[in-house]
Amino acid sequence: MDQEKVIICKNLTKRFGDFTAVNEISFDITKGEIFGFLGANGAGKTTAMRILCGLSFPTSGEATVAGYDVYKQQEQIKKNIGYMSQKFSLYENLTILENIEFFGGVYGLERKEIKRRTEKLIDTLGLQKEAKKMVGELPLGWKQKLAFSVAIFHQPKIVFLDEPTGGVDPVTRRQFWDMIYEAAASGITIFVTTHYMDEAEYCNRISVMVDGKVEALDSPRNLKEKHQVTTMDEVFYLLARGAKRSDN
Amino acid sequence: MKVLRFILQKEFRQIFRDKSILVMMFAMPMIQLVVLPLAMDFDIKSINLSIVDNDHSSYSQKLVSKISSSGYFNIISVDPNYQQAIKHIEKEEADVVMEIPPNFERNLVRAGKQQLSVYADAINGTKAGIGSGYLNMVIADFNNEVDFNIQKINANNTNQGGAIEIRQRSWFNPLEEYKFNIVPAVLVLLLTLIGGFMTTLNIVREKEIGTIEQINVTPIKKWQFISGKLIPFWIIGMIIFTVGLGVCSFVYDIYPKGSLWLLYAFAFIYLIAVLGLGLLISTYSDNQVQAMFVAFFFMMIFMLMSGFFTATDSMPHWARVFSNLTPVTHFVKVVRMIILKSSGFSDVKMEFLYLIGFAGLLNGWAIWNYKKTS
Repeated sequence: MDQEKVIICKNLTKRFGDFTAVNEISFDITKGEIFGFLGANGAGKTTAMRILCGLSFPTSGEATVAGYDVYKQQEQIKKNIGYMSQKFSLYENLTILENIEFFGGVYGLERKEIKRRTEKLIDTLGLQKEAKKMVGELPLGWKQKLAFSVAIFHQPKIVFLDEPTGGVDPVTRRQFWDMIYEAAASGITIFVTTHYMDEAEYCNRISVMVDGKVEALDSPRNLKEKHQVTTMDEVFYLLARGAKRSDN
Repeated sequence: MKVLRFILQKEFRQIFRDKSILVMMFAMPMIQLVVLPLAMDFDIKSINLSIVDNDHSSYSQKLVSKISSSGYFNIISVDPNYQQAIKHIEKEEADVVMEIPPNFERNLVRAGKQQLSVYADAINGTKAGIGSGYLNMVIADFNNEVDFNIQKINANNTNQGGAIEIRQRSWFNPLEEYKFNIVPAVLVLLLTLIGGFMTTLNIVREKEIGTIEQINVTPIKKWQFISGKLIPFWIIGMIIFTVGLGVCSFVYDIYPKGSLWLLYAFAFIYLIAVLGLGLLISTYSDNQVQAMFVAFFFMMIFMLMSGFFTATDSMPHWARVFSNLTPVTHFVKVVRMIILKSSGFSDVKMEFLYLIGFAGLLNGWAIWNYKKTS
């Protein structure tokens, strides 16, 4: 494989006191890949993701994101990634345009460039009428689509999505995944966590975390074959039922 | 700098969009400046007095008429005995009871001395204290006249009671009006409130709704984020300070006697210091309730320890040290000095250095404690 590795993770560990949230996980992610990061609640997904985003220091192990070290070069990492957190995190008291302008500006884009990309984005999303509305007034599905668009607005190398479709209706979820495919096709690597097993099927490769460890890592098809089942639901159940931890 | 412009644009949009905060920021100062100094008038004029006159002599009559003509007292009753008079205090009708003993005149003329009893209702401590203080002054005055008479009668009695007379003159506030003391202090309080609370709540709010995480995952620099939060409130603080000075001159006729530039230079630095404190509190709090409590704690200390109500010079030594550790103390002092006394820079140099120190320390600490990666 001579393809570019954008995330390399080796024995990455994060402890809080004597609780090991992330326990020696290792994986590589290739450019343009859609990588599904699965696991039960409390398995350590968000913690691992926060380390890779440069929001949290690991306790031990190694990892590079977009070629930068997660211990020392967090600010370099941040220039090259997009992040969409579990909590909706655009400003509800700013309009769609103002949100896009702000986040574009923060990533150092020129005003002209922001304007050009914004027009295109508003067109693609079909939000011409709502562009000057407060983001707080939008329905959840639109908010999530907008948040994703803002996360990739500065054309990062990798985008991290933490349960992006939680609480969203199936039609919008489908549209959301169309957007993800489109982004991946343009060369952006997608790192996504989800609890929906139908979404897991859309990924190129999947890892399943159980109690802080990566228990399985392969394409959905290989995983199903290996466990001799027909759906990802069953794969997940087989792997995660041994979990001792759950939220709180 | 380019990034900072985007951040400032966003902050101003959000601040001016929240109408309730906007009203609070501009209406609150006006109301506080107009209402507080009027309500906090410590000049006490109508003290309710009950008198028990057991002597019924011409001297006791003279004393009573002197008291009633002083203008500070309402004589609400003249009672035959102490038991009845004290009832008025119990019913909160009287603040002070004065009892003139029997043989008041005879003892004064013959022995040259006589005791009087004054009973004050100390539940309202200020009124009682000031009331009995006034009463003492009137009695002392009466005393001088009496001494004079006695000296004429008894030439061999060399009582020097009236030889030294004290004439008091109050500098910088000749009429001893309370407003000169309190209005500049309320102005300081306002800046402290705006600077301290607004930044704290603003940043902690971003923590609460989770947008701060989105900020932390961008390549924004710490100084950019913090400047983006400080500058808008700094500008608003300066505007409020200006409006406040306007209210001072229009409503209270208090015009700064000293240099306006110097006053603004101090407001400039002081705001940076309190904004820094707000920032610091916000880096240690996770939600608005926590932040409010901590900010409130500091505000209470500032109000009570900064010389706002009580002179710092009369505090015990440890309290004075403590008081000097709050930036408010220095600013209250300087504002009074510049506005009332026309002090120049050389008079307030030390305070200037103190405030610069506070500004540097608090902001430095806040920047150090704000972590994009935890």
